[in-house]
Amino acid sequence: MMITAGVDVGSLTGKALILKDSEIASWSLLPTGADSTVAAGKAIDAALEKAQLSLSNIDYVVSTGYGRQIVPFAQRNITEISCHARGAHWLFPQARTILDMGGQDCKAIRCDDAGKVTNFVMNDKCAAGAGRSMEVMAELLQLPLDELGGLSLEIVAAEVPISSTCVVFAKSEALSHLRRGKHRNDILAGVCEALATRVHSLLNRVGIESEFVISGGIAKNIGIVKRLTDKTGLTPRIADEPQIVGALGAALFAEEILQRERQI
Amino acid sequence: MIAHYGYTDASGEYYIIIDTDKCDGCEECVRVCSRGVFELALDDYDKAVARVKEDVVKSIHYVCPGYGGKCINEENNCHKACPYDAISHTW
Amino acid sequence: MLTAGIDIGSLTTKAAIVGSGKVIAHEMVLTGDSSHEAAARAVEAAIRLAGAETGDIAKIVSTGAGKSETPYADEQATELLCDARGTLFYYPSARTIIDMGAENVRVIRCGATGRVLDFGLNDKCASGTGIFLDTMAKALEVTVENLGPISLQANEDITITATCAVFAESEVVGLIARGTDKASILGGIHKSIASRIYGLANRLGINRDVAFIGGGAKNIGLSTSLAGLINQELLIPEHPQIVGAVGAALIAEERNR
Repeated sequence: MMITAGVDVGSLTGKALILKDSEIASWSLLPTGADSTVAAGKAIDAALEKAQLSLSNIDYVVSTGYGRQIVPFAQRNITEISCHARGAHWLFPQARTILDMGGQDCKAIRCDDAGKVTNFVMNDKCAAGAGRSMEVMAELLQLPLDELGGLSLEIVAAEVPISSTCVVFAKSEALSHLRRGKHRNDILAGVCEALATRVHSLLNRVGIESEFVISGGIAKNIGIVKRLTDKTGLTPRIADEPQIVGALGAALFAEEILQRERQI
Repeated sequence: MIAHYGYTDASGEYYIIIDTDKCDGCEECVRVCSRGVFELALDDYDKAVARVKEDVVKSIHYVCPGYGGKCINEENNCHKACPYDAISHTW
Repeated sequence: MLTAGIDIGSLTTKAAIVGSGKVIAHEMVLTGDSSHEAAARAVEAAIRLAGAETGDIAKIVSTGAGKSETPYADEQATELLCDARGTLFYYPSARTIIDMGAENVRVIRCGATGRVLDFGLNDKCASGTGIFLDTMAKALEVTVENLGPISLQANEDITITATCAVFAESEVVGLIARGTDKASILGGIHKSIASRIYGLANRLGINRDVAFIGGGAKNIGLSTSLAGLINQELLIPEHPQIVGAVGAALIAEERNR
């Protein structure tokens, strides 16, 4: 019996996942808050409670994500790139291109048939290419974040093009369109179109091969998913819980490392 | 593995691309870069390969002049220094 | 002979009246929603302050983002040229000019006569521009004028790791939540903005003497940080925001001969 755990702490959410002999026993998803180390502890505690286990039952823990340097109970850190590829590939064995976008970053990853990374780009410098850009628009339009995607597909008059890439300038642009009486759905359409175009560019950098998997918070935005489907010509595979792919990959790495150690 | 280090922002796309399959950890790029862009690090499979330093990645456009910039005229630049042609730039 | 320059920026519009080798009057107004109204208000006010009438002005040159939007201007000139001419008027030894405006930052390398040799411009990414300072002022509940002076009282050395204005704002919110004092947070913010500007300047190559103009130059926290990074004293005019308008007025004078 092998029990492993993966912990993925991001800027906005902390995730933990427990595998028992390669089957998902439990997982958790909580807001990170101000302290990543505390978030990691809360995430693992929540997953342990759901699985009715304690930390001493876990044979190996791998951490990943932004907080990977500060998870004291992990035996090893693995990059989020490798963890996302591994996790996506386990869920969808035909996965060869993975897009992961969270609040503060966007990753485009190519992997081989074993789930090993062959090419990647990660952009975490600029809010325009990350989920934060959608959050800023949600605040501006005073709408819940999870409604933006759907509204962006219900164009009232015509899509309002947003020419500024920078979120700060794009926000001003959107505001002046609102003041001039443009419908918020139409503005959202412009915002989503611009983001989808940027994401598509990032994907083109690594090349797009079927199957195409989308993970992270962005997978829940149907406005972006639909536009990416149109732009790539591929129907993306999306996990039931797209935000835990990294933690899953980390737990799988933990299994692999443990197997290697036990064979020695 | 093709690793892209850098970012895209409103002003452009700035990535240094390293082919880690070609890299053997010789550290010539580390030695030669006058701006301290590179370092040697273990990848997720415990192979020692060159990468762009983590704290340089988000300022890459300010730290590195890019291949079209001053480095191309300098005696030593990372492209010339790498024996395996593993490094390229998008700007 | 009197000439006038109008610099229509994204946030403020400046006008300057020049005659007999002196800046006789200047005025600054908020640009607001109408560039041409702002230009009219600024230049009319400046002319009044100069004790003159519109008919006394031999030529008017406009510059800035809204330079084509004022019927007052007889001609236009680029911001680069106006910055260079205006800066050299105050500091003939300046060879590198850093102009930090509300929505953009530009760095100019010029020759002794004000000829523009090379330039760098960031007008696409808000990091390193004045907008970020405004956002921070609101987040920290400090007036824009106090940002600089308070930042100099930092007792903790805070580094903002984000190189994006939007992410930096989140980082600052986190620091506030953790109880870090305002002065230290502001110290980190000013260092961060100065780094972006320094990066732009360094890419171009910095030749002494270095002048710092535009609204950003009024911020003592920024100028101190920037001077530290460049390792040189910065030449900063008394009214750094009107330099472009002064340059435009001087160009008007030249073109009128």
